[in-house]
Formats: sequence, C-alpha cells, structure tokens
Amino acid sequence: MIYAYAALAIVAAVLIDRFPSPRLRRIVIVALAIPLLLVPLIDPSEATRNLLADASIYVALALGLNIVVGFAGLLDLGYAAFFAIGAYAYGMLASPQFGLHIPFWVILLLAGPLAALFGMILGAPTLRLRGDYLAIVTLGFGEIVPQIFQNLTAYTGGPNGIPGLDVPSFFGKSFGASALPFYYLALALVALAIFIAGNLRASRLGRAWLAIRDDELAAKHAGIDTTRAKLAAFAIGASFSGCAGVLFAAKLGLVSPDLFGFQVSVLIVSMLVLGGMGNLSGVVIGSLVLTMLNSAILPQANMLAATLLHVHVDLSQYHFAIYGVILVAMMLWRPSGLIARRAR
Amino acid sequence: MHEFGAQLANGLALGAIYALIALGYTMVYGIVELINFAHGDVYTFGSFITLVILTALGITGEAHGVLLVVAVVVALLGSALACGVLAILIERVAYRPLRNAPRLAPLITAIGVSFILENALQLWKGPAPITVPALIPNPRFLGGTFSLAQVSVIVLAVVTMFALQFLVHRTRLGMQMRAVAQDRDAAALVGIDANRTIALTFLIAGALAGIAGMASGVYYQSTWFLNGFGAGLKSFTAAVLGGIGNIAGAMLGGFCIGLLEAFTSATIGGQWANVAVFTVLIAVLVIRPNGLLGTNLPDKL
Repeated sequence: MIYAYAALAIVAAVLIDRFPSPRLRRIVIVALAIPLLLVPLIDPSEATRNLLADASIYVALALGLNIVVGFAGLLDLGYAAFFAIGAYAYGMLASPQFGLHIPFWVILLLAGPLAALFGMILGAPTLRLRGDYLAIVTLGFGEIVPQIFQNLTAYTGGPNGIPGLDVPSFFGKSFGASALPFYYLALALVALAIFIAGNLRASRLGRAWLAIRDDELAAKHAGIDTTRAKLAAFAIGASFSGCAGVLFAAKLGLVSPDLFGFQVSVLIVSMLVLGGMGNLSGVVIGSLVLTMLNSAILPQANMLAATLLHVHVDLSQYHFAIYGVILVAMMLWRPSGLIARRAR
Repeated sequence: MHEFGAQLANGLALGAIYALIALGYTMVYGIVELINFAHGDVYTFGSFITLVILTALGITGEAHGVLLVVAVVVALLGSALACGVLAILIERVAYRPLRNAPRLAPLITAIGVSFILENALQLWKGPAPITVPALIPNPRFLGGTFSLAQVSVIVLAVVTMFALQFLVHRTRLGMQMRAVAQDRDAAALVGIDANRTIALTFLIAGALAGIAGMASGVYYQSTWFLNGFGAGLKSFTAAVLGGIGNIAGAMLGGFCIGLLEAFTSATIGGQWANVAVFTVLIAVLVIRPNGLLGTNLPDKL
C-alpha cells in the first residue's frame, strides 16, 4: 500500500511538469491530491501514518531549502539549524521545562517568522561572501546551533533534550498518539510551500534569484539589489524549516540536540540534488525517494537479505555512503536531477 | 602558571596538527578554488594507516632507539603515501570531471566523497574510538611543560611548512603550480600540463593530511572514523583565518585555532570549544575575508 502511494506520488510529480496546459495541470494536481488525503484512511496502520507524516515533513523541508539552494543558488549547509530552532521553540514553550504551555497553533504560526529572523541574522553579515565560503559559514552556523542547545543545559535539558512536550489539540480535541493530524498538517505545509515557491519563481523576486544564481555579478549590474534578494531567500527558506521543526517536535514529543546535526542538512541537500535543484516536482520526488529509502526500503532490504541470503546486515549503517554516492553520482552524470526540468 | 604552560603546550601541539591539515586545504584551494571537503577524512585515513603500519611492525607501546626512528619514519612515509594516492584518486574521480562545471558542483561532490569515506572508515574499524599505540617515550622539556610527543609534532609541522614554502617558491613544480593557480589557460599555453600539476598538488595535500593523521594518531593515541569531520572544519577555519592560499598563513591560523581551542576548553569548558572556533570562522569571513596574511584579490570574472 505504502509503495503504491509512493509510486503514485512520484508519477504525479513527474507528470506535472510535462502537462502543457495550466488548466489540465490543475485538474491533474487536484485529482492526485485527493488520494493523497485518503491514503492514511485506507491503510490505517500507525506505522504508515507515521511514515507519511515524516515524509511530508521532509518534503516541506526540501521545498524550503530549494528556495535558498535551487532558486537563489546559495548552498546552505546549515539548514537543519532552523529546523532545530523551530523544534526547540516548541520544546521550550510547550512543555513542563518552564511550565509554559503556549498553544501549538500559536507556536506554529510564530515559528516561521522566528526562523526567518534567525535566517536574516545569519544572512545579513554573511551573504556578501562568495558561494563556497557561504556554504562553510552556514555549515559553521549549523554546527553551533545544536551545540548551543546542548550546552545551555539549564534551559534546554542539555544532551538529553526536553521530553514530554505538550500534545497539540484542535478546538479542544487532542491529537492523541496518532500521527495522522501531523500528516495532514505537514501536507498543508507542503501545499503552501509549493504554492509560495511556484508563485515566487514567476515573480520579480524569483527572477532576481535565478539571475543571481546564474551570474551574480551580471545580476548586480542589471540593477538587482542582490543582498536584499538573497536575504529574502534565506528568510523564506528558513521559515519553512522553522514550521517543519515545530511539527517534527510536536509529533515526536521530544527534542534533543542530536536530531539536528550536519547529517540532516546534508540529507536535505541530497534530496534536492537527487530531484534536481530548483525544480519543484523534482524536489518533491527526491525527498520522497530518500525518505522511503531510509524508513521503508532499507529495513525491507535487511529482511530480504536475512531471509534469502541468510546474511544479517544492517543496511541503515550505510546511510552516509548512500547520500554520498547520490551527491557524487548526480553531480557527475545528472547535475540537473533525475527529471531534468525543461527549459522554458 | 603551570596550568597556563600546560594549555600552551596542548594548544600548540593541537594547532600544529590543524596547521598540517590546513596546509592541504590552502594548497588545493589556491590552485583549483575548491574547498576540498573530503580532506579531513583523508586525514582520518592517515591515522588508520598509521595504526595498521604500527601493528604490522609489532609495536604495541613505547619504542626506543633504532626501532623508534624506524617506526616513526615508516609510519610517516607510509601514511603520507597512502593518503597522497587516495587524494589523487578522489581528484581524478570526483573533481576533475567537474572542473568547468558551476562552482558549487565540485563542492557538492566533495561533501559526497566525505560521506562515502566516513562510512567506509566506519565499516573498516567500527564506530567506536580506536586506540593507537603510545609510540613516543615521554621525557619532558622546558620545566616539564612540553612532552616529547608535543615537541615532535610542533617541530614536524614547522619543518613541513618550510619544506612546502621551498617547494612552492623555489622549485620548477612550485612555479608550475603558481602558474596554474593564476591562469590555467595561460599556463597551458606555455606548456604546463595543468591536469598533472593539479594532480600533484592533490598528492602533496593528501600527503600532508597523512602526516597530520600520523602525528595526531601517535600524539593522542586514539582516532575514530569521524575524527576528520571536526578537525577538517577547524583546519579549514585555520586556513581561512591565515588567508587562504597562503602557506605561512595556514600555519599561523592553525596555531591560533589550536590555542583558542585549548584555552576555551580549559577556561569555559570543552563543550564550548567548537562554538568558539566556528564563531571565529564566521567573524573572520565577515570582517576580514582575506584572512590575517591574505592579500586582497578581486573576484575572478
């Protein structure tokens, strides 16, 4: 069932760019979105719902990072830091940690602007750096943020993090232990991200990003305020990460600093590279494929190897190498992603 | 005061290792303008090779006399050679095909190579820290402040730096490197084989990482598969702090970062050391992107 869903979503994403007429495309999107909403009802196992919720959160993250990396061409290697900021905002404001129990919805709304603020704080001094230096600075930022959360034990619970976060409720009805509400929320976030990113790409700001990505110097001399455009990309990208962080923390019921390391940032970059940077449907596919690989295909392959070949391997040990191979192979052979976007 | 001396010794030895790694970053960045993300993992590979060599020589603890000299020389050369070959291989497979691609493409493959190497090292020796034999005996110098291992590491780094300075500024290969760094096409026009020169630069950078890996393995008597991630980032910070592309700068930056880390650990606590180093990285890039000894170069068009 879950694979049928994944296949469906992948087919959908592949097809959307191929449809010539916008009206037809809209109909296809709606037709494909409906089963997306129904899948967890057809297959009501909690494992499926959990997987779907996680996958959607990652898709939202990848779409947010895509604005920074894919549109504006700024390689952000510390994207997980904003994810951590969103998650810790929920962890500190809606848990017994300080006895604060601010409603989930308020924090969800505030997480975007909060992460955007941090994005601008990081971006304002650093965005004039050249591409590869910027990558290293963001990487440094991505290392510092979880480390600070880990060190400020009095506020953040230190290395153990904060357990027992509030379970959100919707008009008095608690989410309970189910991942289903988070799936729908994450799906809404994905839809919002696609909507915003799609519209932004066609906007003045989006064209400024593409110009900067292709040639920053030329863009500057064409009169684009490159610093402003880059700051906007950073802020908008970060805000999605922040919102996704709140969802992630609330769903998990805890936050801890080791959930937001460099591997997470690279995982999301790998999703973009796999799908094709700057290509919305490609990014969706890339993130779905990698999430499925991590949480469904590798465990299955373990079982398959155990039953068929009688070898006990833990393929999830090879995560790092898989991301690495994806990054290298894609850059060498398919630099514009698995499904290259057609030039318009 | 004694505490200060001890931290000074720690910081200088640590800084010497960072400096050795930073030299490799700076050489590669100088010639192909690539942050060789996998460089830190080549360094880890060096410490693993050192362990293999020492084990093969039957060394399990302190060595003395001829055996000590033989062990040090063989481990240094072996590690340098293995890492140099690995670096050439990485360049050939992952960077050379992308030499004319957009700048971010080889950086992304470099991250990929780094992940692959880390995973391979983890599969080889497991995820836990591994012990390297305490090869160097332990007489103390300068009122007991410096151990022999610390002095050797520092001397090794300084000697290597001078050798590298000589290589880059006084030899034919060095001249070719500088020519390729300045303008690859013009260098080709005067008959320099850019591919060969770049490959040799990677060989040298890898060898430097191998030397650093050997030094840190023997000095700290331990290593693990992710050793190079943090050390690589800090060494890159050192290279940037000193002025990237500048050999003396990499050395200066390395010692600065090593001292910063040692004194942060001793005063505020080890868990803040990384925060301090990365804050310095961000600050340097923002305030003085060309580093302490770097010159102000305009962006290449």
